[in-house]
Amino acid sequence: MRQKSSFSPGGFGGVVPPRKRGGTAPRLAPYAFVAPAVVLFALLLLIPIGYTVFLSFEKSQVSGLGLGPGERKQVFAGLANYVSGLTDPTFLSSLLRVLLYSLILVPVMLGLALLFALLLDAERVGLQRFARLSIFLPYAVPTVIASLLWGFLYLPTVSPFPAILSRLGLSMPNLFATHTALFSVANIGVWGGTGFNMIVIYTALRAMPAELYEAARIDGASQVQIALRIKIPMISPALVLTGVFSIIATLQVFNEPQTLAPLTNTISPDWMPLMKIYDLAFNDNNAYAAAALSVVIAAGMFVLSYGLLRLSNKYVFEGR
Amino acid sequence: MALLRVAGALTEAPDVAGERQRRRGGGRRLSPLPTAVLLLGAVYCLLPVAWVLVASTKSTAQLFNTFTFAPDGSLWSNIASLSSYAGGVFWHWLLNTAIYAIGGALLSTVVSALAGYALAKYEFRGRSALFNLLLAGVLVPPVVLAVPQYLLLAKVGLTDTYWSVLLPSVLSPYGIYLARIYALAAVPDEVIESARVDGCREGRLFAQIAVPMMVPGLVTVFLFQFVAVWNNFLLPYIMLSDENKFPITVGLYTLLNRGSTAPSLYSLVVTGSMLSILPLIIAFLVLQRYWRADIASGAVKQ
Repeated sequence: MRQKSSFSPGGFGGVVPPRKRGGTAPRLAPYAFVAPAVVLFALLLLIPIGYTVFLSFEKSQVSGLGLGPGERKQVFAGLANYVSGLTDPTFLSSLLRVLLYSLILVPVMLGLALLFALLLDAERVGLQRFARLSIFLPYAVPTVIASLLWGFLYLPTVSPFPAILSRLGLSMPNLFATHTALFSVANIGVWGGTGFNMIVIYTALRAMPAELYEAARIDGASQVQIALRIKIPMISPALVLTGVFSIIATLQVFNEPQTLAPLTNTISPDWMPLMKIYDLAFNDNNAYAAAALSVVIAAGMFVLSYGLLRLSNKYVFEGR
Repeated sequence: MALLRVAGALTEAPDVAGERQRRRGGGRRLSPLPTAVLLLGAVYCLLPVAWVLVASTKSTAQLFNTFTFAPDGSLWSNIASLSSYAGGVFWHWLLNTAIYAIGGALLSTVVSALAGYALAKYEFRGRSALFNLLLAGVLVPPVVLAVPQYLLLAKVGLTDTYWSVLLPSVLSPYGIYLARIYALAAVPDEVIESARVDGCREGRLFAQIAVPMMVPGLVTVFLFQFVAVWNNFLLPYIMLSDENKFPITVGLYTLLNRGSTAPSLYSLVVTGSMLSILPLIIAFLVLQRYWRADIASGAVKQ
């Protein structure tokens, strides 16, 4: 009967078996500690991913009028969802649009973040504390609320800009026109993201020992020269990382255009890839097509982030 | 390392900067151009916030007809009509957001602390495989997961419940990653070993010895998840159909959506936006101070 006690895990239960000093850690405790995370990971990530892949190869088949019970059945579809998704012109144009969006947003946002971070780090510049707080403040505003605020500032009937511009003899351009809407949405991204990236870059600057450019200053180098020749090269790892993460985040844009959509007809329900997925799943009730596009986007995202991180590792961190 | 730097940025920057500024603080002349550029940046970032503060004081008619940077006296009547909209549902939305963000972030911090501590301080079979799997989870776009999560939760009848929003907020692969780093840095092996020699059980060891050492790091984990849940739009937008369970983001979005046919709702959206970012801005300023206190205690440095 007592033999069973040999099974009792060391230290996890009540009885602590005699152990050598500095002996091995208990065997079962770590599994108990990671169990909640593992269960949630399986339920919320692995199973949904598996289910998406499964759905992407299925379709709904209608027999008869499709009204009676049992007349709608889920059957194997092969690659049909992928073929129709990848040849859908609205999906392809949304892909193109999101790439363009990322191309506009990321350089502007990181350029501003770098500029402000350098100014916060420079000498004889005033308002540094005030500016640091103010520029970081948008990080605390949810993107939906930020989009609402900017959306109203873009609306000529509500916005203060037409009145200001007309005094200067200018008129306000239509910020929701086909060619301007992308910039209007990108501006919200810039507004929300500059502060966070500024803080990241600024921290990298602060982590640099001052002796590095003390010598340059004694030799008469200007602040601009020090920034361009010493500071920026030194913090290039931080710049690359903020770049990689910004690209990945901007390609997933959903909240901003979705929030602005009620204000304009320019932003269609399938304007961006993730809006297209939402539109397919909940407006067209076609979870199968939505699943196929989800798989395509998730795979693309994975390859891209893996590739970008590999590249940055190779060139920025090891090449030094 | 990458993500660690980001986390460190929030906790470290303000204090180090303050110190340097104090050290540097001579009476030297300011350069006007860089100062002006910083001022422009600050104005750009404060502009929408300033606008909404002013616009929330205007009635609907004035919102559409007067210069919107001139304040007016309709703030209280706006708040009153917002409060009476659909039986005071706005305050429900704010309360729900607090429940989702605080509840989700707290549970997430507990799960992350447990898993991060185990990954950092125990040798066990499958540890590195598990860690790599969790890391890969950071890269999965959450938005792609929302649709299958909805379909699966619908099968077990959990959609349109508080749990449908809370449950997906509890798992944060990034939080586990951070917690692991903090556990590695803040909990010395010798402390664990001597506690074991004294006969301390593993559960108590974690709760009473490891957690207090990890607290500053766990606060960061909490803050990141809090901001993420507070920001979340797509997940509750997909999961919920009952207005009374909406968080503020989904609530104001639906209000705006209705406003495109009834512009009188716009002033409600404006007032609602103002009221919903006010606590955020206050919390933000308070947290700034906390982040400093955090680093003063010497934790989270790596």
